[in-house]
Amino acid sequence: MKQLWLTAKLDIVESMRARWFQIYTLVFGGIVALLFLFGLTESRVLGFIGLSRLLVTYIQLTMAILPIFVLITTVRSVAGDREAGVFEYLLSLPVSLAAWFWGKIVGRYIVVFLPVFLAMVAAVLWALVSGIEVPWGMFGYYTGLLAAMAACFLGLGMLISAVARSTDMAQGAAFLTWLTLLLFLDLILLGIMIQGKVAPEVAVGIALANPLQVFRTAALSLFDPQLIVLGPSAFVILDAFGVAGYKLFALAYPTALGLAAAGLGYRLFRRGDLP
Amino acid sequence: MIKFENVAKSFRKQRVLDGISLEIGLGERVALIGSNGAGKTTLIRCLLGEYTHDGRVTVGGRDPRGDRTAILASIGFVPQLPPPLKMPVGQLIGFAADLCGTDPRRILDLAARLGLDTAPILDRQFVRLSGGMKQKLLIAVALGRDARVLVMDEPAANLDPEARKIFFELLAERQEDATMLISSHRLNEVSALVNRVVELDMGRVVLDDRVADDVSLSGLLDCRVLVKRPEPALAKALGTWNFRDLGGGMEWEGEVAGPDRLRFIGMISRYVAVVSDVSLRERA
Repeated sequence: MKQLWLTAKLDIVESMRARWFQIYTLVFGGIVALLFLFGLTESRVLGFIGLSRLLVTYIQLTMAILPIFVLITTVRSVAGDREAGVFEYLLSLPVSLAAWFWGKIVGRYIVVFLPVFLAMVAAVLWALVSGIEVPWGMFGYYTGLLAAMAACFLGLGMLISAVARSTDMAQGAAFLTWLTLLLFLDLILLGIMIQGKVAPEVAVGIALANPLQVFRTAALSLFDPQLIVLGPSAFVILDAFGVAGYKLFALAYPTALGLAAAGLGYRLFRRGDLP
Repeated sequence: MIKFENVAKSFRKQRVLDGISLEIGLGERVALIGSNGAGKTTLIRCLLGEYTHDGRVTVGGRDPRGDRTAILASIGFVPQLPPPLKMPVGQLIGFAADLCGTDPRRILDLAARLGLDTAPILDRQFVRLSGGMKQKLLIAVALGRDARVLVMDEPAANLDPEARKIFFELLAERQEDATMLISSHRLNEVSALVNRVVELDMGRVVLDDRVADDVSLSGLLDCRVLVKRPEPALAKALGTWNFRDLGGGMEWEGEVAGPDRLRFIGMISRYVAVVSDVSLRERA
């Protein structure tokens, strides 16, 4: 356990000195600042006003940015470290492969999750100071969604890093993964499926296997519990899960997917050449 | 101590190690030489348990891949190219010391002996140090623990003559209780450090020879150089070896570490046209 924490700490320090982390923090801090600046807490949409309006917009933007950011930066730094000889040296020290791999994941998870979470906390603090009502339930669930999202794409990033032998290949694979998930977002998928006369359950099933879609639907469900904007597919989702069940699924499934991907990545890492 | 049994390694279809069998005993100092692509780094990585391979590698009878934490705790490694670590020097020392179960002060003391004052650079990123500073620090990390095997890839390449002299002294202190594997693509860089030479070519051992072990790792040679006329380039080169100018750049005096004699002769041979006399005398 000591080795794992040492590795995690090392990864945190390495990441915090990296340019990607500074840009990453700036982007999410900047989003919250801009949302306040543009007076989003005062605007109203679908009956939403105040901090809940800001959080809805923030989570939508985060869903667009975080997956690709986490995927690319993870594979770049892990595959890049391997190429540059960092693995050769650090893995010549007596650290177990499990402690190294999972320590890296823990460290990276902290640096990926904390900036997006702290940006949201900053928004809440500002709301408290300004006397704006804080929707604690929404804040709690969005925190869970962000945590699940970070775990999911970090796990996928580590799997890609374990498979790809060069930074270029790893970046290409990460981009392709993100593009595939994007392609299978509901609107495109459902359109094609309906044209091809595929059963709605199958179409929705494929959409729900896509973590990007899961987050999107979960975020929607907070201000549209009946998922009216999704049209007929909402019936399938709500029939299968119910509102509370779907919210739980949206946290559990991406986390499990990320952990499974990381587990597979660890298996491959352990069995192959390390540097 | 170290045993390679029919070790083979291929990358895609290219055979990089082709059935290497070697046995290296305690106290042996082995030069692993060969041109680029001969398989030296791959063999070292197999020894460190970093590569999967055919055949068997054992250190003290144990597999460095399977028992990596126990085995690697007894191996000090200095890579050829320092890794581009962004972590501060202090953290690298702490990290390595924690993992190896050693006192960070041992590493700091060794770095100081090599001429590296770590106090002002503890918060500086490792990657921002000069080549020589990085090398000194990596040597200090490798030697600053109870390693029974020292694996060094061109360890003295970036060191100045004074630091090399101390580095040889440090190796001399460990020569009784450690096995050393020193990799280089030039024999003259390491010949005086070792008592056995193993040459690799195309992934095979093409030479395995014991060499005379007469050169003391901690020995010194008194050296005197006379030149026909003052030559600024030679003066500068001798300056880096800490030679003293005894008279108008015509007569120089200094000391050369025993294992560094070939390197010194190589340097002085570049100025053979202006050198009128050179003497190297082993200090008793």
